[in-house]
Amino acid sequence: MKLNKASLFALFAVLELASDPERQLSTSDIADKYGISTHHLAKIMRNLVQEGMVRAMRGAGGGYRFAGNINRTTLLDVIQLFERLESDLDMPQLGDHASDPIVAELQSVSSEIDDLTKAVLDTITLATALKSSRLRAEAAAQNKNP
Amino acid sequence: MKRLFSIRRAVAGDLDAVIALDRLSTGAPKPDYWQGVFSLYVTSGRNNRVFLVAEADGALAGYIVGEIRAWEFGSPPCGWVTALTVSPQAREMGIGKEMFEEITLLLKQEGAATVRTMVDRDDKLTLSFFRSLGMRTGRYIELELELD
Repeated sequence: MKLNKASLFALFAVLELASDPERQLSTSDIADKYGISTHHLAKIMRNLVQEGMVRAMRGAGGGYRFAGNINRTTLLDVIQLFERLESDLDMPQLGDHASDPIVAELQSVSSEIDDLTKAVLDTITLATALKSSRLRAEAAAQNKNP
Repeated sequence: MKRLFSIRRAVAGDLDAVIALDRLSTGAPKPDYWQGVFSLYVTSGRNNRVFLVAEADGALAGYIVGEIRAWEFGSPPCGWVTALTVSPQAREMGIGKEMFEEITLLLKQEGAATVRTMVDRDDKLTLSFFRSLGMRTGRYIELELELD
């Protein structure tokens, strides 16, 4: 599955903020942790504020806080703010109609894959993704200190 | 914090309440189906078939059905959850989670190392629920063909 950078950075930011909704983080805090461009992330954060998913905090320090519902927001909800997930097969438009059945079959296969992808992403809430991440972190810590 | 519900194995006397709860959830009355399920899972006395019910305020609040299946589709023995319903009036109390944890414990005791289930792709709520309990897309792909 390919996600554009905007979607990926948005997921980093939303999951990071949602992991502790009481905590305020700046764009640099998040960018440094994930090794991504602060400039690019700043644009993403403005979009997320506009969509109501995060809140920009005024005052000393500034930063952002998570403003959504971790049990209701899914990974697809975040991704769809920045891209369509439907595959774009870039089919040529000017072919002979004799090619239609094969073109239609490939589009049907592509649709099947898109439906499965959406069914996965739209049923993983932020809470579920964060719980899974925590379990990974615990397992990694146990492997280091058996 | 006091738990507001209890979970136990289903008994024959639960049949009518299960039929009613299923009808409330699906809109379709299936008395013959549930009679058959009860004879296989409730009164057969087999440990590899489990039917649990949840009770809250003296009424049936949910049920979960599961079993060990061996070698179907080439899979070594594993647990399956084949039905799970929580009454709309009893949701968000942790009943579904507790029933799932209880049944997976019982299936594990019977030798299962994996538990599987199947959910309609459009049933976001149920898919999200199972995922919240740690389930992920499995290695088997369900295929189907319309028979004209």
